[in-house]
Amino acid sequence: MLEVRGVVVVFGDRTVLDHVDLDVSDGEVVALQGPSGAGKSTLLRVIAGLLVPQAGTVCADGVDVTSLPPHRRGVGMVFQDEQLFPHRDVGQNVEFGLRMQHRPKPERAARVAELLELVGLPGVERRSVTSLSGGEAKRVALARSLAPAPPVLLLDEPLTGLDRELHDRLADDLARVLRATRTTALMVTHDADEAARVADRIVSLTTP
Amino acid sequence: MGRRVDRHRPALIDAPPRWLRPALLVVSVAFLALFYAWPVGTLLAQVADRSAISKVFGREALRQVVWFTCWQAVVSTAATLVVGLGPAYLLARWGFPGRRLLVAVVTVPFLLPTVVVGAAFSALLPDAWLGTASAVIIAHVFFNVAVVVRLVGTVWSQLPPDLVHAARTLGATPWQATREVTLPLLRPSITAAAMITFLFTFTSFGVVQILGGPAHATIEVEIARRATQLGDVGGAAVLSVLQLLILALLLVVAGRTRRSTEVPLRRVERLRPRTVRTRLGVTAAVVATAALMAAPLVALVTSSLRPGGQWSLTAWRTLGNDRGVRPGAALGVDPLASIATSLRFAVVATVISVVVGALASLAIAGARRRGRLLDVGVMLPLGTSAVTIGFGMLITFDHAPVDWRGAWWLVPLGHSLVAVPFVVRAVLPVLRARPEAWLDAAATLGASPLRRWWEIDVRLIRRPLVTGAGFAAAISLGEFGATTFLTRTGNETLPIAIGRLLGRAGDIPRAQASALSVVLAAVTVAVLIAVDAVGDSGRDRSGSR
Repeated sequence: MLEVRGVVVVFGDRTVLDHVDLDVSDGEVVALQGPSGAGKSTLLRVIAGLLVPQAGTVCADGVDVTSLPPHRRGVGMVFQDEQLFPHRDVGQNVEFGLRMQHRPKPERAARVAELLELVGLPGVERRSVTSLSGGEAKRVALARSLAPAPPVLLLDEPLTGLDRELHDRLADDLARVLRATRTTALMVTHDADEAARVADRIVSLTTP
Repeated sequence: MGRRVDRHRPALIDAPPRWLRPALLVVSVAFLALFYAWPVGTLLAQVADRSAISKVFGREALRQVVWFTCWQAVVSTAATLVVGLGPAYLLARWGFPGRRLLVAVVTVPFLLPTVVVGAAFSALLPDAWLGTASAVIIAHVFFNVAVVVRLVGTVWSQLPPDLVHAARTLGATPWQATREVTLPLLRPSITAAAMITFLFTFTSFGVVQILGGPAHATIEVEIARRATQLGDVGGAAVLSVLQLLILALLLVVAGRTRRSTEVPLRRVERLRPRTVRTRLGVTAAVVATAALMAAPLVALVTSSLRPGGQWSLTAWRTLGNDRGVRPGAALGVDPLASIATSLRFAVVATVISVVVGALASLAIAGARRRGRLLDVGVMLPLGTSAVTIGFGMLITFDHAPVDWRGAWWLVPLGHSLVAVPFVVRAVLPVLRARPEAWLDAAATLGASPLRRWWEIDVRLIRRPLVTGAGFAAAISLGEFGATTFLTRTGNETLPIAIGRLLGRAGDIPRAQASALSVVLAAVTVAVLIAVDAVGDSGRDRSGSR
């Protein structure tokens, strides 16, 4: 469960987020829509802890995480352009969060295999991430963020840059995966159709 | 795509015209053969006498020289990396007023002549430190921090910050994110910086000569000592060949290390310090970096104005009038004349370097397969220490029919050997990037083969040649290693004069050395600023296209 209360972000003399409130209940998938410049990505960064807001609080799973650093929030994030680690192969990318939790190796390997299976890419552990196609990279990025089973998952335009057909197929897969893992998710998108395909509820952010 | 097609097409339209190619080739090949290959061959021939080898390596003192050369290079490299990563991060990631100025302050030491750095540290460090290994290592760090800032900083400034953010949202602490993501991605650039720093410090001559004292000699310094002071030509030759072999090995190793940067590099916006904490941190880092990098140069200027601890202009006023300082003593150095000599030599060396470099570049770009061979040949002097070059020339051109011992032009010629690779590296990329289609276009517009070559390639290299000329002038002004061997009484260059003055007792000569170093640094920096301005105006023009 995610609760955002009165978040304010100001860049210089520009107010990007002006007292934003938002709730996402357990297992719910919410799409965050709005024109570009409305501060959608900024809000995700505040929730993830990558940006400190001027005011407001963020609660994840009932805990006030506003002053916690990103690695202690239990908030996962799928980045707009995947941000896969180029010096590690697919398996090592997906495994990363589990290694940070000091999980034993056999458990990590099993979990990686399970997630790659879930996102429809079984057995690609040893492939280099630079050899992946656009759609494959997005699936791997999703698997990587889901691996440590974060209580809250943020997705920043996770399907941008794909052609129509692939986009629709991936949107359906994304919806299925998020349901299967019962993930509480907040997804930024500018695509109404995508929002309808993936999300339970759509929230709009307007320019302040 | 266009490139690949070009490579396979029949070379109907080509530059330069075929009949001209041998002429272009001959000049650069002859230059290299006469002034590089022959001297190096002479050195090798000296060593063919086995007894010289066993004589040299049988001595404990020489084993110590090799040992000191190695360990000081390793320690200097490690220290440079540790010290350099901080400024590299600061300048790569943070935006603040005066950032460009700080980049310049950090970069300039690397471009300064070694004697200036040596003189600056002998002015800065307490007397008890002079002649110690620490003094040498500190100066090496100051010298090479720019290498780390340039090589590592460039990659660092283009690493997407979201890679680290991704690691953080996956549960990595700041330190874990650095260790697991940032450092591995920077590793190729860190390795490259370490290799270059190691090469420079391993072959360090001027800094060690001035700061190392009699107890600390690198192979370079020992070659010079044996050849010019002890008259042990055989021993010096053995060490030169050893140095050649070690450098060749290092360059092979450096070439083997793959620079696999598969990182999606792109322009990344620099962070602005917004919070009180980041503001304080950035300010402190900027002040510390600027102070550390500027301190030696400030000390240099100060010491030129404070001979013996008293503020006075004596050192500057007596530059042209030595006798006024110590009546009756033959000092053998005329500071003012050395300025004139240096400028004269710089002009000659620049002209030679530009002519040879331009012809070599045009020949390399024109000849396809054989061009690569010449390319390697032109770069060889870069992989040879300046001391080896100077020593080789000294023992080659000292007997009939090529007794050029008294010839003044041997000095600027040695300088141009060191400088030609830089000219070629400035010019060749421009020629290689020139689309083949331009020649086709010129041909269809009615230009003859000679005309095409002249109008396109020759005109194209004018601007990079100016850059190359600037490098050549700066190199010639500061060259110390080769000059040590080739210099003749009455023809001392600035670095030689500074070296002599530093070796002399007394407050005035020391202050004069500082004053001359200030002059040399100022002239060098002025030349480099001029080059930078030319480069910038070129970038603007291509940017607005």
